[in-house]
Amino acid sequence: MALKMVKGSIDRMFDKNLQDLVRGIRNHKEDEAKYISQCIDEIKQELKQDNIAVKANAVCKLTYLQMLGYDISWAAFNIIEVMSASKFTFKRIGYLAASQCFHEGTDVIMLTTNQIRKDLSSPNQYDTGVALTGLSCFVTPDLARDLANDIMTLMSHTKPYIRKKAVLIMYKVFLKYPESLRPAFPRLKEKLEDPDPGVQSAAVNVICELARRNPKNYLSLAPLFFKLMTSSTNNWVLIKIIKLFGALTPLEPRLGKKLIEPLTNLIHSTSAMSLLYECVNTVIAVLISLSSGMPNHSASIQLCVQKLRILIEDSDQNLKYLGLLAMSKILKTHPKSVQSHKDLILQCLDDKDESIRLRALDLLYGMVSKKNLMEIVKKLMIHVDKAEGTTYRDELLTKIIDICSQSNYQYITNFEWYISILVELTRLEGTRHGHLIAAQMLDVAIRVKAIRKFAVSQMAMLLDNAHLIASNTQRNGICEVLYAAAWICGEFSEHLEESNQTLEAMLRPKVTTLPGHIQAVYVQNMVKLYASILQQKEQSGEKEAAQEITQLMVDRLPQFVQSADLEVQERASCILQLIKYIQKLQIKEVPVAEEVIALFAGELNPVAPKAQKKVPVPEGLDLDAWINAPPSDSESEDEKPKTIFHDEEQRHSRHRQPEIDEEELARRREVRKQEQANNPFYIKSSPSPQKQYQDTPGVEHIPVVQIDLSVPLKVPGMPMSDQYVKLEEERRHKQKLEKDKKKKKQKKEKKGKHRRHNSLHTESDEDIAPAQHVDIITEEMPENALPSDEDDKDPNDPYKALDIDLDKPLADSEKLPVQRHRNAENLKSPDTEAPLVGKKSKKPKKKEKKHKEKEREKEKKKEKEKKVTEEGKKGEDLDFWLSTAPPPSSITQTQSEPEGSTVLAEPEENEDAKKEEQEEDNDEGKKSSKHRKKKHKKEKEEKSKDKKKSKKKHHHSEEEPAESVQNGTLDDEPLPPMSSYCLLAENSYVKMTYDIQGNLQNDSQVTVSVIFENKSASFLKSMELNVLDSLNAKMLRPEGSSVHDGIPVPFQLPPGISNEAQFVFTLQSIVMAQKLKGTLSFIVKNDEGSTHEKLDFKLHFSCASYLITTPCYSDAFAKLLESGDLHMSSIKVDGISISFQHLLAKICFYHHFSVVERVDSCASMYSRSIQGHHVCLLVKKGENSVSVDGKCNDSTLLSNLLDEMKETLSKC
Amino acid sequence: MGLGGSCAGWLMQAPCWLGGDFSLSEDTQQQIIRETFHLVSKRDENVCNFLEGGLLIGGSDNKLIYRHYATLYFVFCVDSSESELGILDLIQVFVETLDKCFENVCELDLIFHVDKVHNILAEMVMGGMVLETNMNEIVTQIDAQNKLEKSETFIFQSPRQDR
Repeated sequence: MALKMVKGSIDRMFDKNLQDLVRGIRNHKEDEAKYISQCIDEIKQELKQDNIAVKANAVCKLTYLQMLGYDISWAAFNIIEVMSASKFTFKRIGYLAASQCFHEGTDVIMLTTNQIRKDLSSPNQYDTGVALTGLSCFVTPDLARDLANDIMTLMSHTKPYIRKKAVLIMYKVFLKYPESLRPAFPRLKEKLEDPDPGVQSAAVNVICELARRNPKNYLSLAPLFFKLMTSSTNNWVLIKIIKLFGALTPLEPRLGKKLIEPLTNLIHSTSAMSLLYECVNTVIAVLISLSSGMPNHSASIQLCVQKLRILIEDSDQNLKYLGLLAMSKILKTHPKSVQSHKDLILQCLDDKDESIRLRALDLLYGMVSKKNLMEIVKKLMIHVDKAEGTTYRDELLTKIIDICSQSNYQYITNFEWYISILVELTRLEGTRHGHLIAAQMLDVAIRVKAIRKFAVSQMAMLLDNAHLIASNTQRNGICEVLYAAAWICGEFSEHLEESNQTLEAMLRPKVTTLPGHIQAVYVQNMVKLYASILQQKEQSGEKEAAQEITQLMVDRLPQFVQSADLEVQERASCILQLIKYIQKLQIKEVPVAEEVIALFAGELNPVAPKAQKKVPVPEGLDLDAWINAPPSDSESEDEKPKTIFHDEEQRHSRHRQPEIDEEELARRREVRKQEQANNPFYIKSSPSPQKQYQDTPGVEHIPVVQIDLSVPLKVPGMPMSDQYVKLEEERRHKQKLEKDKKKKKQKKEKKGKHRRHNSLHTESDEDIAPAQHVDIITEEMPENALPSDEDDKDPNDPYKALDIDLDKPLADSEKLPVQRHRNAENLKSPDTEAPLVGKKSKKPKKKEKKHKEKEREKEKKKEKEKKVTEEGKKGEDLDFWLSTAPPPSSITQTQSEPEGSTVLAEPEENEDAKKEEQEEDNDEGKKSSKHRKKKHKKEKEEKSKDKKKSKKKHHHSEEEPAESVQNGTLDDEPLPPMSSYCLLAENSYVKMTYDIQGNLQNDSQVTVSVIFENKSASFLKSMELNVLDSLNAKMLRPEGSSVHDGIPVPFQLPPGISNEAQFVFTLQSIVMAQKLKGTLSFIVKNDEGSTHEKLDFKLHFSCASYLITTPCYSDAFAKLLESGDLHMSSIKVDGISISFQHLLAKICFYHHFSVVERVDSCASMYSRSIQGHHVCLLVKKGENSVSVDGKCNDSTLLSNLLDEMKETLSKC
Repeated sequence: MGLGGSCAGWLMQAPCWLGGDFSLSEDTQQQIIRETFHLVSKRDENVCNFLEGGLLIGGSDNKLIYRHYATLYFVFCVDSSESELGILDLIQVFVETLDKCFENVCELDLIFHVDKVHNILAEMVMGGMVLETNMNEIVTQIDAQNKLEKSETFIFQSPRQDR
């Protein structure tokens, strides 16, 4: 009966396949999570079955669940089981699941090495294919190292299907194991000329991908690719190659010259838009690389621009987008040719597609000139008004500012116009870019002296209307402009016309609703304003007015003193005291204005952002030398005298300044002016007007255009920048007329000598004189500023590791690790391992000879070179190949490039290697086919590159088949399922299992992952986990909570569901195992109500949980053992029945070790603790026993580890 | 890494991740799907098929390239080493291949046979790089594998029927 039930349930479970699961999920839309958790439970049952078909079906369903976002990493081991099934159907399911959910952190992944190796050499091509596909997704550095040689062999497989996959996956292998690149490269290169187009395409793909990251190493392949480009008809391959050339040309301009013609031909001939587009792109790259050296390529540029225009005008949005994208590249070097298409690009701004509008905006940035800036910005302003959605509008705003401010406001002819544009932009609601506008206002006001008066009047208006800007909370971003407005009005208060009104505006109660940093600026600047008003009044003798203004300050300042913002409060109270003091003096009728204004004397100069860094060290100053006698060693450890000294000096200079008396100041000012006059880096065209001397000519020389300012001032918020456009046109017209007059005069004088020149000379950028006398003060730089630092390259770039010289001959240390029988004989005699090396090592000598010969022949060659290439001989070296370019430049270049000769010999060298390889391949091919006929099992094994050796090996293995057990295994018996999770505690409601993992980032932390499983039919919530900390081990609690607080589990559990939470513990010492007592408290909720429950547990931190599986190479391992600072200890366990391989797998899995080397029934293993202890093991298997010798930095840790291991082993 | 993130193709109601080159946690994966779907689905029919990289899909070098077929969106995430128009062609090849392998493919086919979709994609894109673009070649390989599978299915199903 029971049996029947079991059988029935098996059948039912088996019946639910992927389709049923999908249908079920679709039918349970409301309680999807619950349904899926049921399914997962079923799957777990299925995975426990022995039937592989049931398991495969379960894994198939899991893969689907993974796609829905469920974590299935717990089934990793089952996935491996399915991967190792003999049937392709199951294998494919297994590999698919693995490719979806395995990643570098998956710890069971190391168990797959041998399975994958087996599948790679399977006689069924689809087994191999599926393994390659899977591996491409989850290859780790370890797998890459172990399998590189196998995959390399597959690159010469008889079936193109395998070849192309093997070629493609090599890229992944290179990334994970860069050492494999050089040994594998010759074969990869050979595949560029594979008869099968798929393989060829794969090889092109891989090399292009490699070359994209480190182009210079692949220059020598240019002739080969050039040949491919002219011969291939596969558009995919062509596109890739053309893209590659785009990456190579910047390194070798001569290559570009050679490319232009075939590329232009392709552009004319191809019908494929994708190819056309890439051709245009590469031509652009070529033109960019040539832009300096070559005189005339206008035809090519014209062709490109013309083709791009066709793309942009196309109704297909994709082409339009790409056309704009490519256009922006031309723009960088040939802006003129793009500018003529301004109409088209402005049109694109109206496109309904945001991507296209953004591209068009990018283009506009480069297209502006003095002439069209106003017009373009006007257009953009219209778009700003129309734009829906804040993102695009913000983008427009930043673009407007970018366009106007680019290269030091180069294109702005009228700064009044620009200020009004900025003011107009403040009307934008809800923009994030208030600070950008503010920064521009400040920058312009500070650096363009002539504009200050106008700027101040505009800013005063802004302050007056601050309520409009700051009223709406949504407009918060824009209120940043008030920061700038307040500062400008304060700093340049001498230009203010109605200072009283502005001061009143700044003292309004509304101001206190502004953000703190803005209020602070308000407070500081109202004093500046106050000071200037005071001076005015005193000078004109209006004592009462002066007292009134002081009273106003005294009345209103207290509202800021109450501010919650510290900065505001501090400044306000300080200033309030000062003003009260002034009031006292005023009552005594003492003139104070001069002294007050002295508080803000001196001018602020803009300083370049990096100026401080670039101050050169004066000659004779040694910053590292001691100024005083160095303090004794004991104290100096922690001090950094240099920085302290530095800081202090800065502080001093700042603090002292206000104390210096007027005379001294004046004197210094004179000195500085002198210095500035002699300083080539300090550009200024007029003497800077000092504040105290308002009557200096600084103001007079502002030739402000006569505009009726009353209009914009009185109607705040009305667009007014437009009128500048008109005015500007008029002004320019006038200018032109004047110039024409002058010209006429000149003409009369010179009698038509320059007539032609003049008539051609239409209004160009240079002719437009700016409206104001614009003295844009460049940012100050220290004298003799140091050249700018190079941008550091990202040290974490994963592709950096692949920056490898591919043309050097292979060294013997670089061979790919080949899996071989670890016969004692082999290990002892390294000589037999490297006959190949011997062969290779002869080469350099040969090469040297050749090199000398070449030098001698160089002269001759130069004469011959043209002929030779015309004869179609394969270019022997890059220089030679490239030198068919136009003769005048080629001669100079070949001579001027000494590194050319290093490139010289390589292609030949590579060819030699290739031939050799081919021979080998042939041999291997023959051999393997022979073997296949004999149906030798050994065929699946590794073929060594060395012929002799592989022969020998085969003999060996034929004679002694029993010896063929290798690292890992060839025996088919699968590993038993293992789980690192062990039971923590359990009651009728909940079951907790846990696993402890060391934390790589922190040497004193471990992460405990606890799986909570709800066993009841009730809902579990408010779970809280708490442990009693010991002296050594503590649970990491969120900041602010006490040691007695528990940590809430971040989820609730519906019935039957399990979920995992992680807790971090800190440990001081890790040499001993730890036990922590703890409690889980939770609320059980069901129909009858809810009850509070508790579950006690003991958390056991074994020493093994402090270990992190770390791979170790055998040579490093040997060094470690030799070093002699390790303690030693050993154990022996009797009565072991399981196989050695299983035993090792267990040690790897449960104790976090990795196998370094394995010879027969003896293996060396390695691991590292989170605190960096090295642990080395030597595991030997006797008949019924296992002995483990261990070495470790810490003897306590070692003995504890061995004890734990003893326990595990004795269970076997 | 040709296709930086490779491919996520999906359906209006049941978005699904079709694998890719990065190993991502399930949560990030779902988040990317949601955000991409959000981005793509609100785009009009008449706009270009490229979306510039957000932060989620790995920075500015990456682009989303998609095609829209009735209720289906096929979205590829690629880096700058791939030709944009080429990828659009590739999606077309993918869809046509699906059509051939399923004989008039419809949304439900893809929903119920995600594994098969995976297998087809695996013949075109491998580890984030384009493997094969020739449709006939892809279909030949898929057919051969299905045949192999069928011969095996016959063997392993028969004992069960005996039971």
